[in-house]
Amino acid sequence: MGIEKSVSELHELLAHKDMSSTELTKAYIERIQAVDPKLKAYLTVLEDQALAQAAEVDRRIAQGEVLGALEGIPMALKDNLCTEGVRTSCASKMLENFIPPYNATVTDRLRTAGTILLGKVNMDEFAMGSSTENSYFAKTRNPWDLECVPGGSSGGAAVAVAADEAAFALGSDTGGSIRQPAAFCGVVGMKPTYGAVSRYGLIAFASSLDQIGPLTKTVRDNALVMNAIAGYDRLDSTSVPFEKPDYTEFLVNNIRGLKIGIPKEYYGEGIDPDVAKGIQAGIQTLINLGAEVAECSLPHTEYAIPAYYLIATAEASSNLARYDGVRYGYRAEAEDVLGMFKKTRSEGFGQEVKRRIMLGTYALSSGYYDAYYLKAQKVRTLIKQDFDKAFERFDVLLSPTAPTAAFKFGEKSANPLAMYLSDITTVPINLAGIPAISIPAGFVNGLPIGMQFMGKALDEGTLYRAAYTFEQNTYYHTLKPQLSGEVLTCGSR
Amino acid sequence: MAVADKYEMVCGLEVHVELQTKTKIFCGCTTEFGGEQNTHVCPVCLGMPGALPVLNREVVNYAIKAGLALESEIAQFSKFDRKNYFYPDLSKNYQTSQFDLPICIKGGLEIEAEGEKKWIGITRAHMEEDAGKLVHSGETISTSNESSVDYNRAGVPLLEIVSEPDMRTIPEVLAYLEKLVQILEYTEVSDCRLEQGSVRFDVNVSLRPIGATSLGTRTETKNLNSFSSVRRCMEYEIARQARVLDAGENVVQETRTWDEGQGITLTLRSKEEAHDYRYFPEPDLAPLIIDREWVEKIRKTLPELPAARRTRLQALGLSAYDATVITQAKAMADFFDEALASYGDAKTLANWIMGDVTRLLNTNQCRVADSPISAKQLAELLALIDKGTLSGKIAKSVLEEMYSTGKDPSIIVKEKGLAQISDEGALLGIIDSVIAANPQSVEDYRAGKDRAIGFLVGQIMKATKGQANPGLVNQLLKEKLS
Repeated sequence: MGIEKSVSELHELLAHKDMSSTELTKAYIERIQAVDPKLKAYLTVLEDQALAQAAEVDRRIAQGEVLGALEGIPMALKDNLCTEGVRTSCASKMLENFIPPYNATVTDRLRTAGTILLGKVNMDEFAMGSSTENSYFAKTRNPWDLECVPGGSSGGAAVAVAADEAAFALGSDTGGSIRQPAAFCGVVGMKPTYGAVSRYGLIAFASSLDQIGPLTKTVRDNALVMNAIAGYDRLDSTSVPFEKPDYTEFLVNNIRGLKIGIPKEYYGEGIDPDVAKGIQAGIQTLINLGAEVAECSLPHTEYAIPAYYLIATAEASSNLARYDGVRYGYRAEAEDVLGMFKKTRSEGFGQEVKRRIMLGTYALSSGYYDAYYLKAQKVRTLIKQDFDKAFERFDVLLSPTAPTAAFKFGEKSANPLAMYLSDITTVPINLAGIPAISIPAGFVNGLPIGMQFMGKALDEGTLYRAAYTFEQNTYYHTLKPQLSGEVLTCGSR
Repeated sequence: MAVADKYEMVCGLEVHVELQTKTKIFCGCTTEFGGEQNTHVCPVCLGMPGALPVLNREVVNYAIKAGLALESEIAQFSKFDRKNYFYPDLSKNYQTSQFDLPICIKGGLEIEAEGEKKWIGITRAHMEEDAGKLVHSGETISTSNESSVDYNRAGVPLLEIVSEPDMRTIPEVLAYLEKLVQILEYTEVSDCRLEQGSVRFDVNVSLRPIGATSLGTRTETKNLNSFSSVRRCMEYEIARQARVLDAGENVVQETRTWDEGQGITLTLRSKEEAHDYRYFPEPDLAPLIIDREWVEKIRKTLPELPAARRTRLQALGLSAYDATVITQAKAMADFFDEALASYGDAKTLANWIMGDVTRLLNTNQCRVADSPISAKQLAELLALIDKGTLSGKIAKSVLEEMYSTGKDPSIIVKEKGLAQISDEGALLGIIDSVIAANPQSVEDYRAGKDRAIGFLVGQIMKATKGQANPGLVNQLLKEKLS
C-alpha cells in the first residue's frame, strides 16, 4: 500500500513508477476514511482536489520529468495555515466558515514543491493548548492509546503522520506545539529558528514566538520538508535573510566528538522518572556513539513559564482582537456595534482562548505593563543569554521533550496551571528563538516519549546530524501504533 | 472683564497628515483618494488572519524629510507599537503606530503672529496607519439603520506631529498651522488637501489665570479638518472654560468633539472613560534603524524652504509682502522661479503673477500646478511688452487668450495681428489725419487745455485698434502740435 513508508521511500517508488501519485493519494484517502472517524486528526479532507493534484504530478512523471523530492507526496496542514479557497478554521467556531483568499507562504512553497494537500488537521483552538482538547470541532485521539491525548496544539498533524494518514504534516510551535505532540505520538518534529520559516499566512497566536515546522516519520523526511519551506520571505518582516543550506547534507551517521550539554534544570521535579530513565538510556547511546556529554545549567529556566505566559497571552490578546464579526468569521447579532463585538467574541471563542485573551489584556494594562510584560521581556533576554552561554561550550543541548508521556483526556484540562507547567521543557526554546527537534526515544507503558535536541540559531543542520545519528542507531522510529479492529471499523460504534 | 484680561490660554496641537506615498504604509495597495468602496484593499490592510505588515520604505523617507524640514532630530533607533482599541473602522482592532520611540523628536518652527516672531516647539512626529471610514445610511450613526465600513483609507500612511503647548493666542495657533502645512507642502511629503481630509487636527486647550505658572486643566477636541473649524472651536472652548472657571468650578479633563453645525464642542469621553490603549512593541515588524547616511541622503532632497526663499526673493527687489505672497505655496514660488529664469525683472514678474495670473486662476478655480499658462510662456509675454511689441493692455488680453488656448503669446500675436505699431512713418500718417479731423481739440490743446491731448491720443488708438505704441504716439503728437 505504501502509506506507512517515509517520504524518501515514497519518492523512490514514484520516481521508479512503481506507484503513481494518484494511487498513493487514494491509499491515504482510504486510510483517512478508515481510521479518522475514530482518530479525528482531520477537520477537512480534500479528496477531489488532492486527486486532481496527484493526476497533474502523474502527467509530469509520464512525460519523464525529473521528480522533486516532495513531488507527488500527500501531506496535511495544520488548520491555522492559510489555504486559498479551503476553509482555515484554527479549530475555532470563530473561523468555522472562514475561507482565505490567499495561501500562506509555506502552502505556496509546498505547492511549488509538488506536494499533494490531503486536508487540514485538528489543533487546539488558535493553537492554545497542549492536548488538542481545546478544538471546537473534535477530540483527536492518540493512536498509541485512544484514551490518551495526542498532545498539542499540533495534535492533528502528529496523529496524521503517526497513523499513516499523511506522509508528513506541517504544524506550528509557539511553546512546544510541534515538539510535544511529536513526542506523544512517536514522530519527528522540528521547531525551526525564529525567522527561518515565513509566518505569512500562519494565523497568529503569539507573533514573536510562533514558528512553522515539519512533523515527519523520519529525520531525513524532516530535512527534506525543511528544504522546501525554509528561507527568506519578504512578506514576513521577521523572516531572516540567510543562506539556506541543503539540510540533507547534515544527515551523517556520525556524532563523534559532538559536544552535548545536559541542562540540569530540565530534569527537575515534575519529570516522570520513567521518562527520565528513557532519556538517560538515550544519553548513554549517544555517549557510546562518541558524543561528549556533560551537564550544564540554564539558570533562569524556572522563570520561563511565567514569562512565556505573559508574553504569549499579551500578544495573543492583540492578535485575536481582529475577530469581531465585522469583516469575516462568526458574527452574533446584537443591538449595536459594541454589543455585536461582545456577543461575537463571547460566543465565538472557547474557554481557553478567552482565558488567555483576558490574561494578556490584563498584562498589558496601564499600570501593570512594567511589572508584567516588560519584566517578562527582560526574563526573555536572560533566558537567551543562558543559551548563548551554554552554546559557547556545547554544540547541542539535550532534554526530554515533555516531562511525561501522553496523558489521559481530561486529566489536565480541569487544571490549566498544571497544563501550562507541562510546557517547561519546550517554552524556553521559543523565548530564545532557537531551533529544537523532538525525536522518538523510547516508550513508557507503551506510549512513546520524545528526546529534544536544542541548537544554536540557524544551526538546524547540527540538530539533524545528532537526531539522524540517534535514529539510525535506535529502533523506536520503526515501531507503529497498532490500531485495533475497533478503530478500523469504528463506524459501527 | 474680557476673557483675555483675566486668563491666559495655553494651546498645543496634534496634527495628523497623510503622507503622499503611492502605496500604503504596510502593503502595496494604492493610496489614491476616492475609488469604489473597499477596492483599494488586500489581506494586509483588511487585517485578514495570517496577513503580515511590511514597512514601506518610502514612508520612512517622507517622515525623515518632514522631520528635517521641521528641524527635528531623526532617531537612529525607533520602533512601531500597537495601539489597541476596538472600533469597526480599525481592521485589526489595533493601530500600528509609534509610541515611546518616534522617528522625529525635538523640532520646531518659527511663526509670525500679530507682528511678533515666535518659536513653537515640536515635541515629536511619528508614523502610523490611517483607519478606514464608516459609511452610515443616515446622517449620523444614531439615525442610521445600517452602517458599512470602507477600508480604502485603512493603511494610508500618516505622520502625527505633536507640538509643545507653546501657543497662547488663536492667531498664533493659526499661524502655526499655516506654517506647518506650508512646510509639508514645500517638502512634498503631503498634498495637504484639507477638503479630502488629508490633514486633521486635535486641539488641546487650557486656561490659567494671567501670571500663573502652572498649567490649567486641558480638554482635547479631536478630528477638526479645517483652519476655520480650529478657530471657531477654540473661540468656543476658551469662552466655555472661562465660564466654568468664572463660576468657581473646575474644567473637566476630557476628550471633546466639535459639532460643526451647532458650532459647539461636546463631551466625547471623560478621563475615566479614556481608552487604555495597552501599547506594546509591534512584534510583526523589526525595529527601525536609520543611519546617518540615510538621513543625509534625504537631506539632499530637501527643497529651499519658505523662509529661505522669501529672503532670496526680497534680495531680488521684491517687497516683504510680495515675497510672502509668492512663497506662500510652493507651486506658486516654483512658477515664479521658472519664469524668472528667462525673464529677469523680478518686480514686474511678481506683479503679473500676483495680479492677472492669480485672478485668471482664481476665476477658473485652477491650481497653479495645473495652470494652462506655463511659466515660460508668461516670461515670453512680458518680454514682448518690454520689446514694445505689445502694450500692457493688449498683453492682458493676450494672457486671457493664452489661458483659454494654451498657445504661446508670439503665436497669438501673429495670428491676431496684435503687434504694436511702433513704426514712426505709419503713425505720422494716422496722426496727421486725426489732427485734420479734429481741429477743435487741436485748438483747445494749443489754448492750454492739456486734457485735449488725451482725446486725440484716444482717437489715434481707436484708428489703430489699440495697437499703436502709446508712448510713441504721445511723443509724436506733442512734436506735431508744438
